[in-house]
Amino acid sequence: MKELSELIFVEGLRYTDDHEWVTASGDTVKVGITDYAQDQMGDIVFVEGPEVGDELKKGDEFGTIESVKAVSELYLPISGEIVAVNEDLDDAPEAVNEDPYKNWLVEIKPSDPSELEGLLTLEAYKELLKG
Amino acid sequence: MAKNPGLTGLIIEEPLLWEKGGKGRSGMCIPDSDVPAATPVAALTGAGPDFPDLSEVDIVRHYTRLSQWNFGVDTGMYPLGSCTMKYNPKINEKFAATAELAAAHPMLADEYVQGNLQVIYELQSYLGTISGLPGVTLQPAAGAHGELTGMMIFAAYHKSRNSKRTKILIPDTAHGTNPASAALCGYKPVHLKSGANGILPIQAVIDAMDEETAGIMITNPNTLGLFETNIREIADIVHSKGGLVYGDGANMNAIMGVIDLGKSGVDIMHWNVHKTLSTPHGGGGPGAGPVCVTKELEKFLPVPRAIKVGDSYKMEYDCPDSIGKIHAFHGNFSVLMRAYSYIRTMGAENLKKASHLAVLNAVYIKEELRGTLKLAYDRPCMHEVVFSDEWLQEYKISTLDVAKRLIDHGYHPPTIYFPLVVHGAIMIEPTETECKEDIDQFIAAMKTVVAEAKTDPESLRQAPVNAKLRRLDETQAARRPCLCG
Amino acid sequence: MRYLPHTNEEIDAMLKVIGRKRLDELFCSVPDECRHDGAMDLPEPMSEWALIDHASELAGAMKITHKHKVLIGAGSYHHYIPETIPSLISRSEFLTAYTPYQPEIAQGTLQGLFEYQTLTARLLGMDVANASIYDGASALAEALLMGLRIGKKKKKVAISKALHPHYREVARTYLRPTEYELIELPYDEDGRTDLSALAEIEGLAAVAIQSPNFFGVVEDQEKLGKQIHDVGALFISTFTEPLAYGLYKNPGECGADIVCGEGQSFGMPRSFGGAALGMFACKDKFTRNMPGRLVGETVDVDGKRGYVLTLSTREQHIRREKATSNICSNQGVCTIIAAMYMASLGGTGLRNLAKLNFDKMEYFKAAMVAKGAGLVFDSPGFNEVVVEFNNDFKPVFENLIEKGIVAGLELGKYYPELAGKYLFCVTETVSKDVIDTVVAEVK
Repeated sequence: MKELSELIFVEGLRYTDDHEWVTASGDTVKVGITDYAQDQMGDIVFVEGPEVGDELKKGDEFGTIESVKAVSELYLPISGEIVAVNEDLDDAPEAVNEDPYKNWLVEIKPSDPSELEGLLTLEAYKELLKG
Repeated sequence: MAKNPGLTGLIIEEPLLWEKGGKGRSGMCIPDSDVPAATPVAALTGAGPDFPDLSEVDIVRHYTRLSQWNFGVDTGMYPLGSCTMKYNPKINEKFAATAELAAAHPMLADEYVQGNLQVIYELQSYLGTISGLPGVTLQPAAGAHGELTGMMIFAAYHKSRNSKRTKILIPDTAHGTNPASAALCGYKPVHLKSGANGILPIQAVIDAMDEETAGIMITNPNTLGLFETNIREIADIVHSKGGLVYGDGANMNAIMGVIDLGKSGVDIMHWNVHKTLSTPHGGGGPGAGPVCVTKELEKFLPVPRAIKVGDSYKMEYDCPDSIGKIHAFHGNFSVLMRAYSYIRTMGAENLKKASHLAVLNAVYIKEELRGTLKLAYDRPCMHEVVFSDEWLQEYKISTLDVAKRLIDHGYHPPTIYFPLVVHGAIMIEPTETECKEDIDQFIAAMKTVVAEAKTDPESLRQAPVNAKLRRLDETQAARRPCLCG
Repeated sequence: MRYLPHTNEEIDAMLKVIGRKRLDELFCSVPDECRHDGAMDLPEPMSEWALIDHASELAGAMKITHKHKVLIGAGSYHHYIPETIPSLISRSEFLTAYTPYQPEIAQGTLQGLFEYQTLTARLLGMDVANASIYDGASALAEALLMGLRIGKKKKKVAISKALHPHYREVARTYLRPTEYELIELPYDEDGRTDLSALAEIEGLAAVAIQSPNFFGVVEDQEKLGKQIHDVGALFISTFTEPLAYGLYKNPGECGADIVCGEGQSFGMPRSFGGAALGMFACKDKFTRNMPGRLVGETVDVDGKRGYVLTLSTREQHIRREKATSNICSNQGVCTIIAAMYMASLGGTGLRNLAKLNFDKMEYFKAAMVAKGAGLVFDSPGFNEVVVEFNNDFKPVFENLIEKGIVAGLELGKYYPELAGKYLFCVTETVSKDVIDTVVAEVK
């Protein structure tokens, strides 16, 4: 597993306690998992997402991510409607290991965009990882 | 290591069934027809499956070669913790194959199948005696099936008392299947943490048990191989709130003839006959998971059960409170025959001695290896002992590496990474059927592997090298599943 | 005791190492109130020879034995078992192995299971088969629960009344402690499932039918499949006699989403109903909702082909209370037997044997009708049929028992409306002479 100093972070994203990242573009946001999360999981073999059109609330489980011997639930960082699910991951879940920030999981149309402001900044997320 | 059994033998490659054979070959005798040919309805008929055609010799060689790629109890020591891989006596196989009993159709009237019913009746009674819980069903087809039956009885019991309960207590040292079995009956597991000594503290149960909780599922001895010394007090607390106590019998092999589960406060338990009663595991079944309950809960057991009326045996269906049938027929009768044969061969004293020796072997290994690997919990263990990989971390060697290297030394590895409460767990259960010199040899092999971890760690990381295959790519298997050839 | 190898000297030596004087000191952590009072009350131990004598006594208590011709199927069939099967499966490398968690030393079991999965999928016309469930009945219960998982918010499932009565009972047992509702669908005068009530049922996740059904009638699966899909439910096709798919269109061709049933016909003795195996298959897209173990192909570090247990994240030991089932061990050895049997028959043999079963049953039906008996359901069948007689058949049944023949299963216990009618089965093991003997007794 990577040391803290080896982990990759991306400026300008928002982060969550569940090791997800969130970025807004236009009136939607994309959600993925952080380098720390993919590193902890190990080889990712399957990503199960929600259905497009699902209306979910912040904190709801929206899918799971699996390695060979573990399953992690994915929790929605902000409330909204699922407008897209990254289908490229169906055939190539390893993309999340290779570049967790490029390979997003779901795209949401937030019902309350101000929730985004409540998420962790990069600095706050780094503090969280330092424990 | 002159006596190291881990030498390579002659391993012959063998393709998949459909990669061999030739159209028109036959591996089986089909009788000539003595009736006229008839014509099926064309709209319903199909082409039949695309199976390979193979000769009898093709079949025999194929499966003989496949079998040679397997390691079984008959091959060598199989110290899988929590799995109780004891020797499977040969006489059990012959007994189970008794033609008159093995040919019996399951829906024949009772009067025609008295032999089968006698076996069922007597085995019910023996299991009641050994467990201390007199109500017995033999229907569940495996331990997990027994567990599910137990949970259904929980549900039926609470329903009969108009008591709505939604939760169930499961300690972190309980058997792995427990949460899934409980969930099938709508119970939400409440996980209890064991104490620093590996034992479930009474206070944890007091704090968690309430009148919305159906009861507790407890494995005793637990999956750390430790006896839950508070079992009686825990049972009293659960009972006082109207709950039931489920005792997972996965580790019965440690306690036969010693512990009376009924007196311990357990209401329901299941057996894993392949563990305790010497039936072969078969690479994953068939098993049998008989369930024993208190007199009070007997009425909820699945139907039918064998009873004795005068001199004859009868299958009793008239049980209005029963949860119903859990198997199409009478459970895995051929497996139960083996368990029956084992109990009749052993008798009370030998069963008790088996448990004594199972514990002796485990404690002996614990003492002999305590300086080699870190003990997860240093207190009196029962039939299995759990170590961790903590002392190997500095050499960047994991539990998996140790396990794989043991294969090269001629052993099936112990259970690894279970129980989850121990980091890098190595769980060793020798069983009573291993003799002292074989255990000594295993201990020596473990010490050699740990020494290699320090001097030649690469030999562990590359292991196994003596098996048919080297480490397999499980990630690839899961990412792009190929489940059908 | 020959299974307990320790000599007294060895016990003493081991006790010394661990610092104990007596064996019972090993149980010092067990409180007194949890202990057995004295010795357990079990029969005295038996020698091997005494046990074999005891087996003979038990055998002697059987009024009906392997020497009888039992013309009952109903989910447990008598087919010839080639001698290769008991011989090969008694190899202790198969019998005495554990679940293949260490694939490097379990390739025999793993390749055997992969082959079983493949042959089963081909037989049933499905994409994926698992490495077995306990039996046909629990396979049905698991299929219904799987249908409910896929159906998410739908809370109902329906099953045909022409499905094996014991399977229906087991399905009820499984669903009773849940929030789900199980609905039974009637059969029509042809003995086939009547789905006309489907449209009325809301929130239906899946519908299960059996073919050939309990009455031996082959269902029109294509038609039923369409009707089931029309109401947005999954089509579960069940069987008790897989041999029928050597002759009849497989469920996959008929649009089934999940197929499950009993595999005892494939090389296992009746054994009073177990152990055999539940066969279980589905379409590719439902694989991750499937219960039970799966073996997949992969490679080792040297690139050599090999097999491992895979997609384990569905299972109880990883997903815990969210698992697709609590099943762990299944029917291992029986699964290998079924594969051996399918491989021994081959495609050609399976077709021939299925046709032979069909021909025997057609002969039986014609002979019965010629003798004045009636076929309760005059529909296409395989190797079973329900027969009605002009007179009480019980005396004839008793008479035939004396002649070593068990002439069918009286149905009143299972279907009160069919009391006095008998379900018969004839397989390749029943000769024309036996059929003629039975028919000759009919009055």
